[in-house]
Amino acid sequence: MSASAATLPAPAPLRDPAARGRIGALVVAVVVLWPLLALAEFKPWQLLAPGNLQVMANFLAGFLPPSTAPDFLALLAKATVETLAIATAGIALAFVVAVPLAVVATRSLAVSRIGPGPGRAAGAALRTAARAILTLLRAIPEVVWALVFVRALGLGPGAGVLALAVTYGGMLGKVYTEILESGDTRPARALLEAGSPRIAALFYALVPTTAQELASYTVYRWECAVRASVVMGFVGAGGLGQLMDQSMKMLNGGEASSILLTFLALVIVADALSAVIRRVLA
Amino acid sequence: MSDLPHDVRLVSASLVHPNGHRALRAVSLALGAGERVAVIGPSGAGKTTLVRVLGTSLKPSGGGLAIGGVDPWQLGAEALRTLRAKIGVVHQNPPIPPRLRVVTAVLAGRLGTWPAWRSLASLFAPHDAAAARTALERLDLGERVFDRCDRLSGGQLQRVGIARVLCQQADVILADEPVSALDPALADLSVGALVAENEARGATLVASLHAVDLALKWFPRLVGMKDGEIVFDRPTAAVTTAMLHDLYATEGRVLPQQGVDVVVDRRMRRANVVALKRPGCQ
Repeated sequence: MSASAATLPAPAPLRDPAARGRIGALVVAVVVLWPLLALAEFKPWQLLAPGNLQVMANFLAGFLPPSTAPDFLALLAKATVETLAIATAGIALAFVVAVPLAVVATRSLAVSRIGPGPGRAAGAALRTAARAILTLLRAIPEVVWALVFVRALGLGPGAGVLALAVTYGGMLGKVYTEILESGDTRPARALLEAGSPRIAALFYALVPTTAQELASYTVYRWECAVRASVVMGFVGAGGLGQLMDQSMKMLNGGEASSILLTFLALVIVADALSAVIRRVLA
Repeated sequence: MSDLPHDVRLVSASLVHPNGHRALRAVSLALGAGERVAVIGPSGAGKTTLVRVLGTSLKPSGGGLAIGGVDPWQLGAEALRTLRAKIGVVHQNPPIPPRLRVVTAVLAGRLGTWPAWRSLASLFAPHDAAAARTALERLDLGERVFDRCDRLSGGQLQRVGIARVLCQQADVILADEPVSALDPALADLSVGALVAENEARGATLVASLHAVDLALKWFPRLVGMKDGEIVFDRPTAAVTTAMLHDLYATEGRVLPQQGVDVVVDRRMRRANVVALKRPGCQ
């Protein structure tokens, strides 16, 4: 028995055909990343130099304790409500901008892609156009849009809302498209093959499989919109950002830290909201 | 019954998949309106591809297709959509999102004929839940109408897919291994429901089946496929056991059947007798 086993040829080692490509990709990543880190002057050890630590500690000490002056808290409450209003109205408008563009841009809802059907080229051109619009909307930072709209609408929350609607409309539309395309696309294709219009295929096939991801990303963007209002406040678009701008200019660290604690609370609220929505949609 | 003649004619059709695999070679198949045919053959014979070509979800790379005398690939987008709404496809793996309720999944068969507003409204309050339950009852699944699809077993989900096509009231029914996940009794019931749809409404029926005994029992005409070609196409009574063994020569000496634990020949002959007794068969 052992003799016959010995005469068998040794089996050829089983080679994973994907291994070489993966190792290559890893090497390329390191080779590309290293000069980029050097270029970005990434020197984290400088943080630990004694002089720098002292400077940072002094700066942070200025933030303590958080301000609790009653008239400041009243201002803070008003600014918080304003920020929530800007973020919510901005996201609502962004949603209205994003959904039609995403529906047009989503490949898995394209009837003309089933077989080389009629209107295939026209459909592809339309999808490319929708994607181009989404790219244009989100390529320009919201703070630039805010500067533009402040010129037209004057200082105040209105400019912030419009700026969020434009930039976040582009972001939501792009990510909605990608979420809708990344789920199981067979249900949608089956419905389209049975003559369903694309809007029905969207709600009977794609949304049921991706509802949680769509909701989660939308709430996350709302959270980002709350934070973005800080930057936009600097350009006079109202809300917590404008308050933060004033506190920083007056070097009032206590007020700034109260504002930061408010942001922390709002992010926690967004997290809880997202969890509840996901549970409802599960 | 429909005003359109729904005969199906495939002339010398071939199909090469994008990866170069040649799934159909010069396949010709003519079905009169209201006829029913079973397509049998070993795995990889091209049965699924044939069903997809007949269902206008794949355009043949060569040759032609006519449904009701019309080449679907010459139609405009709206006319093609109307035609597709009359073609019902039962998929082997039902393309149904798990979060959908059964009633919604079944009523999705009507999306091709419903206006968009009704499709959307039906997501909140099912438009014709009674029709969905009737279709499900024919498949012994009536009590699950308001369950979610992710609570169903694979076999139950496959029957939901069949119920969708019954609900669609299609003029041409194409079933791709419609009972592959069902036990013998339910498989028999489900194929029987499709055949009843063919006999009662005159819907043209093409079913690819892996189980030879079901094909012999329920279908007056058999098409044998192997390597992308039609090997035989004859009345069931004229199909011999030798032809079947020849067709499945690559899969060993036992013919694939739905019935459990029974070896070929005696059972085969008995199935043949049953087929001869059925009304509508030769």
